[in-house]
Amino acid sequence: MDYVFQFGQVVDYLPYLVGGAWLSLQIAFLAFCGGMVIGLFGAMAKTFGGPVLRGTANAYVTFLTNTPQLVQIYFLFFALPDAGILMSPYQAVLLGMTLNAGAYLTEIQRAGFETVHRNEMEAAETLGMNLWQRVRYVILPHIARVLFPPLSNQYILMTLGTSMAAIFGVEELTGRAFNVNAETFRAIEVFSLTAGIYIVVTLVATVILGLLGRFLFRAKMRMI
Amino acid sequence: MHHLEIVDLKASYGDLPVLEQISLTVDKGEIVCLIGPSGSGKSTLFRVLMGLLPPAVGEVRLDGQAIDYGNKKAVRAIRDRFAIVFQQYNLFQNMTVLQNVTVAPVKVKKSKAAEVEREAKELLAKVGLADKLKSYPDELSGGQQQRVAIARALALRPEILLLDEVTSALDPELVNEVLDAIRLLAAEGMTMFIVSHEMGFVREVSSKVVFMADGRVVEVGSPNQIFDNPREVRTREFVGKILRH
Amino acid sequence: MFARIIEEAPTFFTYYNGLLLMEAMAATFMLSAVGCVIGFGAGFFLAVARRTTSLGLLPLRVSTFGFVEAFRRIPFLVTLMLVFFIFEIVKIDISLFSVALISVCLIATAFIAEIIRGGLESVHQTQWDTAAAMNFSLAQTLIYVIMPQAWKIILPPVFSFFILFIKDTALASQIGVVELTYAGKILNNKGFSAALVFGSILVLYFVISYPLARFGVWMESRLASSRNR
Repeated sequence: MDYVFQFGQVVDYLPYLVGGAWLSLQIAFLAFCGGMVIGLFGAMAKTFGGPVLRGTANAYVTFLTNTPQLVQIYFLFFALPDAGILMSPYQAVLLGMTLNAGAYLTEIQRAGFETVHRNEMEAAETLGMNLWQRVRYVILPHIARVLFPPLSNQYILMTLGTSMAAIFGVEELTGRAFNVNAETFRAIEVFSLTAGIYIVVTLVATVILGLLGRFLFRAKMRMI
Repeated sequence: MHHLEIVDLKASYGDLPVLEQISLTVDKGEIVCLIGPSGSGKSTLFRVLMGLLPPAVGEVRLDGQAIDYGNKKAVRAIRDRFAIVFQQYNLFQNMTVLQNVTVAPVKVKKSKAAEVEREAKELLAKVGLADKLKSYPDELSGGQQQRVAIARALALRPEILLLDEVTSALDPELVNEVLDAIRLLAAEGMTMFIVSHEMGFVREVSSKVVFMADGRVVEVGSPNQIFDNPREVRTREFVGKILRH
Repeated sequence: MFARIIEEAPTFFTYYNGLLLMEAMAATFMLSAVGCVIGFGAGFFLAVARRTTSLGLLPLRVSTFGFVEAFRRIPFLVTLMLVFFIFEIVKIDISLFSVALISVCLIATAFIAEIIRGGLESVHQTQWDTAAAMNFSLAQTLIYVIMPQAWKIILPPVFSFFILFIKDTALASQIGVVELTYAGKILNNKGFSAALVFGSILVLYFVISYPLARFGVWMESRLASSRNR
């Protein structure tokens, strides 16, 4: 093998790449927030809704969790313009990730809902609380602690999932790695460094979220 | 010459020292019972003997010959001569009672299956479980499982049988059936090294009682001596506490 | 948009296109399946290696740990690129499918090694000790005692991972492997409406994934109930 490793060239781009990592975290965060809102409604629909709401939520979750996020984004990216909706690549990716996250976060929150003992819910009902109040004051505080680990884990998985945004030209970490490769042709160095950055970022995020969980809830988190 | 001799044995779990300076002997036909508070290192001693934990310092001699626990062949040879029964989870859950007893002689010692099976059935009859040959462990009570474990250990034809708190995890009403099985073996002259909390049983069956605390041997003596006339303060404290109930 | 879909449908749902999609589905399925089978074998070896205790094998334990922790935290696309370019640089000529397959194997090995490690640990330590005390070799212990008990704990998550990875194989389209997503791109480039094309691709992924997922749920309930006999 007569390939000479030249990491020096690539290391110059380190700040650029780390900037991309920061963008990855942001995209994941935005999609996570949007997904949590969808997930909350989805979980409520699945737990308390009538057959129509439950069926819709089920269909949404089942379809989006059994199909690839990449193809979902392709669908939005290419099909929406046909329908007259014009979006930047970033927006399409974000929308796709949010909808995808919504499905998984529906399931996570639904599982949390189911751990709340029926008695608590009935007690709240007799106190005159409507559904929304019951969810807000009884369920959510109760399950926040239990759900923190799986939600943290999901966020970290989503951060890794932002990598496919590169395919659509979004300049998050992987996208920037493609750019650096195009400029330096040092593919192995770039992608190894990128891999390393992903590992470090997810480890740091895991630790931070773990500490946050312990601080907020005294919840223990397992590493993914 | 003693059958088994332990000289100045020291062992640790990582940085935590568990056995400090253990010296003991076991002779053929003797039944030596180890008693002492939890954490005194009794089970650890057995693990060292079986080669599951390497000793840091000291010697274990079988028939006068020191055992090199660093040598794999030597350890395998030792495991041919001792057999151990643990407190629980002894039986292989995926095998029937008969299979549990025959698997080691057949697969490891490579003995003939027919003969092993015959002997296994005899041993199981001896511990009173002849009718449970085809049962699985999760269909048996704790006491039955421990009796099978004892039969399985005997199938290996050990020179010394190590019993590590074999009744401690059992419901009280199941303890006696296991103790009866051990009494039977004692009567037959099996050399046994037993860790137990059942003081009445210890007193009745032992030739020698060893009191251990904090990883050390505090006192050794006959059952009467240890229980009625302990020399050491520590021993007196322990015996006083346990005999009060 | 819907009018266009209805218009194009007849020319879209043709025999030739169907064939392309069938082959692509097979490629998608095989990537994940073969990758997971190989990943199981390699992962098993790594999981067992993690359990060794001798000092001499410490480098093996450390590198196993490193490999598993690393590849669980690298996005599949990046792994794919690394493998792709390594083979290019080293000038070994292998098919794109093989590049993707190797990438899948690397990741599957890492994830499945963790699953198997958990399964091995679920068997009580006394079972390991008893087998050792009876002079079972490591292989005998695994074959006769541990795996017969651990497989029920290991199989559902492994199967789950297999189904999950079917979705990740979509990324192999980026290096040109003719799996389902790439087939979609081909058809989209031919001029068919994106909604029709990618909608169909989504449905086809669903057709592969959903029945398998249901089977997995059924299998898990069967195994769970037999464990609590």
